[in-house]
Amino acid sequence: MATITVTVNGKSYTSDVEPRMLLVHYLREHLNLTGTHIGCDTSQCGACVVLVDGVSVKSCTMLAVQADGANVLTIEGLAQNGQLHPLQEGFWECHGLQCGYCTPGMIMAAYDLLQQNPNPTDEEVRHGLEGNLCRCTGYHNIVRAVQYAAAKMRGEAVPA
Amino acid sequence: MIPAPFQYYAAKTVNEAIGLLQQHGEDAKLLAGGHSLLPALKLRLAQPAVLIDISRVSELKGITSNGDRLVIGAGSTYYEIARNEAVRAGCPVLAECVGQIGDIQVRNRGTIGGSLAHADPAADPPAVALALGATINVMGPNGARSIAADNMFVGMLTTALSSDEVITSVTFPILGKGEGAAYAKLRHPASRYAIVGVAAYVKFDNGTVSACRIGVTGAGSVAVRQPAAEAALVGTSGDDAAIAAAANAAGDGIDYLGDIHASAEYRQAMVKVFTRRALTEAVRRARG
Repeated sequence: MATITVTVNGKSYTSDVEPRMLLVHYLREHLNLTGTHIGCDTSQCGACVVLVDGVSVKSCTMLAVQADGANVLTIEGLAQNGQLHPLQEGFWECHGLQCGYCTPGMIMAAYDLLQQNPNPTDEEVRHGLEGNLCRCTGYHNIVRAVQYAAAKMRGEAVPA
Repeated sequence: MIPAPFQYYAAKTVNEAIGLLQQHGEDAKLLAGGHSLLPALKLRLAQPAVLIDISRVSELKGITSNGDRLVIGAGSTYYEIARNEAVRAGCPVLAECVGQIGDIQVRNRGTIGGSLAHADPAADPPAVALALGATINVMGPNGARSIAADNMFVGMLTTALSSDEVITSVTFPILGKGEGAAYAKLRHPASRYAIVGVAAYVKFDNGTVSACRIGVTGAGSVAVRQPAAEAALVGTSGDDAAIAAAANAAGDGIDYLGDIHASAEYRQAMVKVFTRRALTEAVRRARG
C-alpha cells in the first residue's frame, strides 16, 4: 500500500491505496465521486477526463499514486453554491446530451479548452473535444453547448 | 481493467532511477507518462514486478535550443513539445508529428522519451527521429552515452537501451535554409496510432537534392529508414517525377504487419503513397 494525499475539488484527502489503483477507480470507489465515468478503459473515449493540476487527462490511464500531491478537479467540483457551471448550463440549455454517459468527460475536456481558448471557433471546439466520443448526439449540440458556455464565461449574451 | 500488482517507487532523480533499475533488473520498468505502459499493464500484456515512476524527475524536463540543435528533455510531454516556440521555429516537423499523437489528453501525459523507449511499432516519434537523424541521450550506471536514432530501434518493442539505462534527452537538429521535413500519416481513426506514418527530410544545395532521409513507422514491426527511396531522390531536382520515383522505391526492409484495420498488402501500398506525400511537402518546405 502507498499513502497519497490528493486535493479533489478543493478538499484534501489522505488515503492508503494499492499502487496499481487507477485514478478513476480512486475517484469513483475511494471517494465515491461517481460523476467521472469509465467508458472504453483504453484511453480513447474520454468519459473519464478530469483535470490534474489544471490539465485534462484520462483518469483511466493514470495511477492514483501519480496524483499524489496533485490538485484534481472533477465534474462534481464545477457547480458552486448550487449554481451550475456555465458548461453544465450550456449542456442543459442546448441539449448537449442524450444518454449523458460521455457528458462529464466532455465538460471537463471543454473546461480545459476554454481556459486556454476562451473564444474558440466551432472548429476549434471540435478539435478541443477530439479525445471525447459521444455515440448519441452527433456532436452538433455539444459544440453549441460549449459555445453557450464560452459566451457566458466571456460575459456576453448567450447564443440563441 | 486493473493491472497486476507491482511495487511502486517514485524516483526523484535520474541516479535514483538507475539505482532502482540496477537493484531490480529485468523485473522493473520505468513509468513516465504511462500512455504506452499503463494500457499494456491493464491488458496484462506486461506484468513488471516493479514500477519506477520518473514522471516527476525535474532533470528530464525542459527544452533548450543549443546553437544548431534542440535538446528535448525525455520527460517533455507531446503537448509541451508541440507548443514550444523553439521547436515550432527550428524543427516544425517535430511539433507537427507529436501534435498528431492520440488526442489532447494523451498529449498532455505522453512523453517523447517514453515513446522512443517503448518503440511501439505504430508510434509516430520514431519515424521523425530517424528522418532527422536525432540522437537519443541516455544515462546508465557507467555514465552517459548517445545512441543514434538509426541504431535505436532494434525490433518490435525493442530498442538498443540496456535494462539499467534511462533516456535523459533527445537531440534534434534545427533545420536551416535549403532543408525541409514533413510527416504524413494514415491514422487509425480511434486511437490515432499510425497505420502508416512517413517522415521525410530533404536538403537542397544549388537546386539539387543533396541529402534525403526517410523514416517509416506503423507499417511493420519496427520503424525503419528507406535507403533505396532516399538514394533515388538524391542528385535529382526534387521535382514531381523524382519524388514519384523515390516513393515507388519505398517499402524495402519492412516486415509488414496486417491486422483488422489494414492488411499487410494495404500497408505496403500506403508506404509508397505516404512517402510521396511526405517528400512532396518536405521539398516544398525546403524550397521555402
